[in-house]
Amino acid sequence: MSWLTNFVRPKIRALVRKAEVPDNLWDKCGACGQMIFHRELEANLRVCPHCGHHMRVGVKRRLELLFDGGTYERAELPAVPLDPLRFRDRKKYTERLKEAQAKTDEQDAIVVASGTIGGLKVVAAAFNFDFMGGSMGVAVGEGLVKAAEIAVRDRAAMIAIPASGGARMQEGILSLMQMPRSVIAVDRVKEAGLPFIVLLTDPTTGGVSASFAMLGDIHISEPGAVIGFAGARVIEETIREKLPEGFQRAEYLLDHGIVDLVVARKDLPAELARIIGLLTRQMPGAVVPAPLAGGNSGGK
Amino acid sequence: MATFLDFEKPIAELEGKIAELRHLSDGDDMNIAEEVAKLQGKAERMLRQTYGKLTAWQKTQVARHPERPHFIDYVAGLVTDYVPLAGDRNFADDKAILGGLARFRGQPVVIMGHEKGADTTSRMRHNFGMAKPEGYRKAIRLMELAERFQLPVITLVDTPGAFPGVEAEARGQAEAIARSIEACLKLQVPLISAIIGEGGSGGAIALAAANHIIMLEHSVYSVISPEGCASILWRSGEQARDAAEALKLTSEDLRSLGVIDEIVAEPLGGAHRGKPQIIDGLSEAIDRALQRFSGMSGLDIRDQRRDKFLEMGRQGLSS
Ligand SMILES: [Zn+2]
Repeated sequence: MSWLTNFVRPKIRALVRKAEVPDNLWDKCGACGQMIFHRELEANLRVCPHCGHHMRVGVKRRLELLFDGGTYERAELPAVPLDPLRFRDRKKYTERLKEAQAKTDEQDAIVVASGTIGGLKVVAAAFNFDFMGGSMGVAVGEGLVKAAEIAVRDRAAMIAIPASGGARMQEGILSLMQMPRSVIAVDRVKEAGLPFIVLLTDPTTGGVSASFAMLGDIHISEPGAVIGFAGARVIEETIREKLPEGFQRAEYLLDHGIVDLVVARKDLPAELARIIGLLTRQMPGAVVPAPLAGGNSGGK
Repeated sequence: MATFLDFEKPIAELEGKIAELRHLSDGDDMNIAEEVAKLQGKAERMLRQTYGKLTAWQKTQVARHPERPHFIDYVAGLVTDYVPLAGDRNFADDKAILGGLARFRGQPVVIMGHEKGADTTSRMRHNFGMAKPEGYRKAIRLMELAERFQLPVITLVDTPGAFPGVEAEARGQAEAIARSIEACLKLQVPLISAIIGEGGSGGAIALAAANHIIMLEHSVYSVISPEGCASILWRSGEQARDAAEALKLTSEDLRSLGVIDEIVAEPLGGAHRGKPQIIDGLSEAIDRALQRFSGMSGLDIRDQRRDKFLEMGRQGLSS
């Protein structure tokens, strides 16, 4: 029921966005409509210099922007049964998977990475929205389980970074089962006395929001991110009235006591280091910013 | 007046004829009695044929049948000394999720579940079984009560899904569901769940992260409704039939995927055609499940549940 808008809207946005653009191109801000020189936008961490709108950022860049010096180590994720339901709608799920793999050069919608932020040990589980809308199926669930295992093994803080419309419908009931599985994973981190922090990015909805993503010790969100359970259109159709201004945006959730902090993208590493330092009785060092996009930093 | 589903039309016609004939005779007309017996035999054969090979979409309709027994019916037949408990101690009493203390075969338990309502008034009161945050928070409260007094928990799942609304979002619908799943998984007492009708998505798993998961034969359990899935993936709600098949939402499918543990057979023609039988069948299944966990330590009970969920999906369809 709740995935309707979440799937439709990203598709429209995907048309507007582009993966690779030559240096001399311009981007249009989706919020204020201003044209921004592409390189300027990338240098500004994909935040509009005119209005502060936080545009979506790819999973690799996301991780570079968080970890000290933009470097991290990617964890090998376990293989999972492909297409457990032998699902087919207008197209076979196996084909959709292949297309997403070709487009993103990734196996599925999650990347698990270890490194340091302000010198403090962190394991991050970051969703890849470009891979089927960041939808959560068995592979994503296994990624979260793996991230939690590494955090406990290495006595590191865990940061989950959802960017997802919700469940992977093509995996049917098994995608629903990733809700309890992800909860078990993060509870193990918490039981080990380690911080579990959720960095909510645009969008975090459906079964992803209603599981591990709402169980953080601390909830941080980027400005303007859409966070909620039911899709806005489903709600509008149910109640037949207009939604309030800013509904399901990060600031709305802050007002309603569901997120702790709304933090601008450029301030995230320092804020995360401060929080993890406080929770683990350590003093963080200075955060080391990542080089500009296009450098050879990042995962191996 | 019984409600018949679309695909039951021939059966409905036969049963109508039977009722008519009965009305005509005063009871000792041999010819009519004979005819009635013949028609009844035929109706039963048709029912057996139809229900022997229900499609996923037909099962979805049976699972949503307006006369299908609901939480209130099961509580009346499954337990004694039922003490309904209300509220999340914070905002309201959400009547989409009912629950309380009771005795199951003499043993004190906490029993709770979704209630859809049986007529227009009660459906409104129970919000069609679609809970808001306060409903899941009531469930959490009842689970914590069970834990404190070491009582097993029985949950009966029957919901189209969590309520999608502005107020529900404002009060943290996602957080409430997440916490309820977490509460299930933390319990150190046995948690037995039965999907008695519709297991709709996050609203269902919020009460069903259990040690032992039972499905009634014609129940369905899915990540999204067939209609919702069709409108997204097929771009048209018309394809709900195809979506129901593709989603693998029947009890047989879920058992072969290793997501549920047990199927309880329904009386011929669905649970609504034999409430005492289905209550007996479910009672037996719950009793067997509770015996399996009696004598186990709290931590072992919790770990059995965690391990079971962690293993799920690591294989594909076993068939
Ligand atoms: Zn702008």
